[in-house]
Amino acid sequence: MIALSDYLTVAALLFGLSMAGIFINRKNVIILLMCIELMLLAVNINFVAFSHYLGDSAGQVFVFFILTVAAAEAAIGLAILVVLFRNRRSINVDDLDTLKG
Amino acid sequence: MNFEIPNFMLAMPEIFVLGMACFILILDLFLSERSRVVTYLLTQATLVGAFLLSLGLYSSARELTFSDSFVLDPMASVLKLAVYAAVFMVLLYSRRYLRERGMFRGEFFVLGLFGVLGMMVMISAHSLLTIYMGLELLSLSMYAMVAMQRDSRVAAEAAMKYFILGAMASAMLLYGMSMIYGVTGSLELGEVSAAVAGQGSQLILIFGLVFLMVGVAFKLGAVPFHMWVPDVYHGASTAVTLYISTAPKLAAFAMLMRLLVDGLGALQPQWHDILLLLAILSLGIGNVVAIAQTNIKRMLAYSGISHVGFLLLGVLSGSPEGYAAGMFYAIVYVLMGLGGFGMVILMSRAGFEADQLEDYKGLNERSPWFALMMMFLMFSMAGVPPFIGFWAKLSVLQAVVDANMVWLAAVAVLFSVIGAFYYLRLIKLMYFDGPLELSPFRPSPDVALLFSVNALAVLLIGLFPSSLMAICRQAMGL
Repeated sequence: MIALSDYLTVAALLFGLSMAGIFINRKNVIILLMCIELMLLAVNINFVAFSHYLGDSAGQVFVFFILTVAAAEAAIGLAILVVLFRNRRSINVDDLDTLKG
Repeated sequence: MNFEIPNFMLAMPEIFVLGMACFILILDLFLSERSRVVTYLLTQATLVGAFLLSLGLYSSARELTFSDSFVLDPMASVLKLAVYAAVFMVLLYSRRYLRERGMFRGEFFVLGLFGVLGMMVMISAHSLLTIYMGLELLSLSMYAMVAMQRDSRVAAEAAMKYFILGAMASAMLLYGMSMIYGVTGSLELGEVSAAVAGQGSQLILIFGLVFLMVGVAFKLGAVPFHMWVPDVYHGASTAVTLYISTAPKLAAFAMLMRLLVDGLGALQPQWHDILLLLAILSLGIGNVVAIAQTNIKRMLAYSGISHVGFLLLGVLSGSPEGYAAGMFYAIVYVLMGLGGFGMVILMSRAGFEADQLEDYKGLNERSPWFALMMMFLMFSMAGVPPFIGFWAKLSVLQAVVDANMVWLAAVAVLFSVIGAFYYLRLIKLMYFDGPLELSPFRPSPDVALLFSVNALAVLLIGLFPSSLMAICRQAMGL
């Protein structure tokens, strides 16, 4: 039997990993998008685990909504990425430095 | 989970806005470029219709529906009315601006309406799920609006930064929500509140609360989660900045109230400390960094961050009077923010954005009337009586003093004195410096009229603040 805490640990590790990915990564915006997806998936593991151990289906319903929103979010993120690439011919994170102050 | 037929009547404004947004989206496809104004008029008509519907539904009772995940209380009604009014003014302001830049398209209006729907859902949310759905509907619309100016390098960069940071904040918020769901076993805020009150402050609840606060602070633009605010306000076209900087603040305030007061009210000692930190940092960094700006949109962005600090002061005092003061501040800030970015729109023309401070030099010689109106707005933001900004700051400070935190009130006053510098600098530029260009200032009549009404409203409501204050107090059940 896998305990609830095991699921939570995996989710926390994934969440931490994706957070580190966002802050450490200085090369490619697409990796940032992947990290964001991973964050949402870590949250989904949390919700499903809690929902199962609480015997309450609301958490799993929430997961469906998160999955849908994540899909919409990825679509918008990639669309912005295309606009960015057209304007600058680069999707390097370090090149996003016009706006500062 | 048992389902009953929900009371659709309470959600009538939401249903109406959703229906109209879909209708306008389809209709816009069949319109030629010349008849695009129909889209604009229909959007404004939708906002007016929603305003009337919400006004008709206004009652002092608190009613729940949709399995308790939707609430209609006086606070929701008042904030929704303010949102419609703010977005109505945003669209009025930006009509000519969008025309001149080839952005007068259906997308702007449809995304704007979906954003309004997201704000309405956030304001009326009574479960973690509805809060999240409303927030995402609003955020996704705003990311797309920032990126709408496709040939602009800065707009694309601003949209990308906004998207990455915004999505990260949403994920943090969700992580906090999952913790709170795990401890309380429910998504519905009433049950969450009862469970939290029964269990006291467990470590895992505090853990969830911290993540939740990160998400909320990001959406409000409070320091240290403010980095997106100046970049997005600067990079987006002014019409989009006007939208982003005003009405969503009301929705973010509602989200703060729903989550912290309705949901986690029993953890008040814990979130009080977090809000305290956010508020002091926002007041300090917002006001000090604004001094160093040469771009007026960035300056107003930092000024907005400091206003968020004041808004948080009202909420953290933890009394209904404080919440009413916070709500009053949010509404007043939206009115002043509309004027502030409205004047950037007023000054701009095709090929000229008027976003540098020096573009305002010597405005008094070119147009004394608009210089006077802008002076009103700057005085109001700085908190000089008798303008409305003064009463907003006063009511918040009153609530803070009543909560026995006189030192905090002193800190807030100190920082707003520092903040007065950059508002007064703009007035100095307008009145005491020579103009860079001598051509007479000819704004388009509709924007000029709207801007004058906006600035005079700041003065008039400032002379008679009691009715707006009474509405806010009533909304908080006082």
